[in-house]
Amino acid sequence: MGASDPMLSMDGVSVEFTNGGGPLDIFGESETVRAVSDVSLDLGEQETLTLIGESGCGKSTLGKTAIGAQKPTSGTVRYRGQDIWKAKRNAGDVSISFDEIRHSLQIIHQDPGSALNPNQRILTSLMLPLKKWYPDLGREEREERIHTLFERVGMSPPGDYLNRYPHQLSGGETQRAVLVRALLLNPDLILADEAISALDVSLRVEMMDLMLELQDIFQTSYLFISHDLSNARYIAEKSGGRIAVMYLGEIVEIGTVEEIVENPQHPYTKALQWATANLYEDDAEAEFPLRKIDVPDPTDLPAGCHFHPRCPKAREVCRQQHPERVHANGDKENYARCFRADENHEYWDSPEITDE
Amino acid sequence: MSNTETIFEVRDLNVTFQMNRGQSRVVRDADIDVARNETLGIIGESGSGKSMLASSFLNAVVEPGVTTGEVTFYPEDGNPVSVLDLSDSELNRFRWEAVAMVFQGAMSSFNPVTKIRTHFRETLQDHNRDIPAGMDRARDLLESVYLDPERILDSYAHELSGGMKQRALIALSLVLEPDVLVLDEPTAALDLLMQRSIVTLLRELQAEYDLTLVFITHDLPLLTKLADRIAVMYAFNIVEIGTTDDLLYNASHPYTRALLDTTPDLNVPVDEMDIIEGSKPDPVDQIPGCSYHPRCPLADDHCRSEEPAMMTVRNTQESACFYYNQAADAVPISAAPSHSPTTDTATDGGDR
Repeated sequence: MGASDPMLSMDGVSVEFTNGGGPLDIFGESETVRAVSDVSLDLGEQETLTLIGESGCGKSTLGKTAIGAQKPTSGTVRYRGQDIWKAKRNAGDVSISFDEIRHSLQIIHQDPGSALNPNQRILTSLMLPLKKWYPDLGREEREERIHTLFERVGMSPPGDYLNRYPHQLSGGETQRAVLVRALLLNPDLILADEAISALDVSLRVEMMDLMLELQDIFQTSYLFISHDLSNARYIAEKSGGRIAVMYLGEIVEIGTVEEIVENPQHPYTKALQWATANLYEDDAEAEFPLRKIDVPDPTDLPAGCHFHPRCPKAREVCRQQHPERVHANGDKENYARCFRADENHEYWDSPEITDE
Repeated sequence: MSNTETIFEVRDLNVTFQMNRGQSRVVRDADIDVARNETLGIIGESGSGKSMLASSFLNAVVEPGVTTGEVTFYPEDGNPVSVLDLSDSELNRFRWEAVAMVFQGAMSSFNPVTKIRTHFRETLQDHNRDIPAGMDRARDLLESVYLDPERILDSYAHELSGGMKQRALIALSLVLEPDVLVLDEPTAALDLLMQRSIVTLLRELQAEYDLTLVFITHDLPLLTKLADRIAVMYAFNIVEIGTTDDLLYNASHPYTRALLDTTPDLNVPVDEMDIIEGSKPDPVDQIPGCSYHPRCPLADDHCRSEEPAMMTVRNTQESACFYYNQAADAVPISAAPSHSPTTDTATDGGDR
């Protein structure tokens, strides 16, 4: 592993799911969904990346692929230079074992309740992973670690909470217990998949603050998945991280908070921004930013730019060509997959779509 | 709103549930009028009583809940209807033909083994409507909610996305041409983009079909894009009511102001985001005085002993706070501009 390797690196990653068409299904037609399409991303130490998009856009699949819980159909996922799936197969020179990789990349889900065994006290659920990964620690040391972390996340006195069963905790408390469990393993990356979506609005800011505080202490990176631009913006702004917008399996725009929230290039990002209604913005009369409300069938993606049937700015060229990454103002990492981000593109001379 | 003809009049409305540890009052002494063709929003946290208030408009509070008070519906022509006195069969007609309701769980409102077409046909049949004419209306309605009528009518509910189902349900609820549509968290389980799209559609539908809308939600930013007036519920009481601009720019109840201040806003610096301190009240153990006093920075002995009645703030706005004229100073709102950019001179004297 080279010292310059990013903590996590995805290169040309695609994930496809095929439905039906098995050997016994002779009459059925197989349908393939490309949940993730040609995504390349690097994530550094203590970096935070927020993924946003509508349900079904592939953000959860991409998240799972990033932490090695989902195998990509093509492309590579590397942890500190080590190809995760080569490590799994034990192919070539494996410098970091698959077990160690999975241990370094943790997940917390939207529904924290389902992540804890309902028949076990919280303490038992938290002791198990420690026992597995740190067999040299004595029982007392393990308990002490858990107690310290519970104090740290404001669940005090810890003994009170640790002796309860999951159903005896509130949603916010359960989510904190699950966060503690992930942190106990001292991971390099935590995938937070809609981790705060189920909480009351008033608790979300608190939970996000807590996650960011702990990030400083544990030097963890976060891959934060949300369907809500205002939460994404909060996390990204406070952590200094970037926001990536997904649509039908692709990252259609990625950038800093200023780029995504203040000055979005992609019409889809603009639609998401419109959907995140602000109180003091008199945009009630603003033009509907979509030509069609519904997302197209993912088994039958539109040709050209996948967004063109819904895009109010679509022109003929958008029906024919699939936009590559356009890096505006010479930026190497941030981009939008939209011809409009390129001042010199033939888009500007292309006729508007007239049908419908 | 030049036409302020009343379509719904609610007086002294109470909804109670008998529980083991005492009586639970989930709506307390509510008085509210709904004007014809307006959109009234009802906002509150979960458990504030907003769904119960909305259900009582149709006398639809489920057993063993008891609704008392007066709910009067004024049809465009004909005699006023006392909704709480209707018989079961009268109520059945009233609920579809005068006032229709759409709930959050659109997924479960459709029978999974019948096509959407059957739902429309059966609804028309049950109410003795002409089927071909009714189905023509159904197609128009489906088109108005951006759905392909033939495809949707031929589908089963599970073949549709959540947003499609919810829009199909809105179309179904309008097929008998009701005057009022009550929507209880109709968008809560959907993506934000779909939520905002549905709200935009509702505005179009309202204009096209002359509807009065009552929209219940906990989502304040979304509501402000739709509602003409907003009623704020806290702890089973209506604590403030006014036009949307009244509440945005001149909220006069400390709770409304706290709600506005804690609403995530893309324009507010992240360091200024706040949370409402304290916990929610209990419907059984009623505290004396104003129900908001344990969380209120303005609370004094008066608030702890006596419950405030609705006070008139201006002709369009009322607040249940003794100190409504001090609320603005006590609870600042970080996102709010110092004054309304669109101060509506038509509703107020224009004296600002």
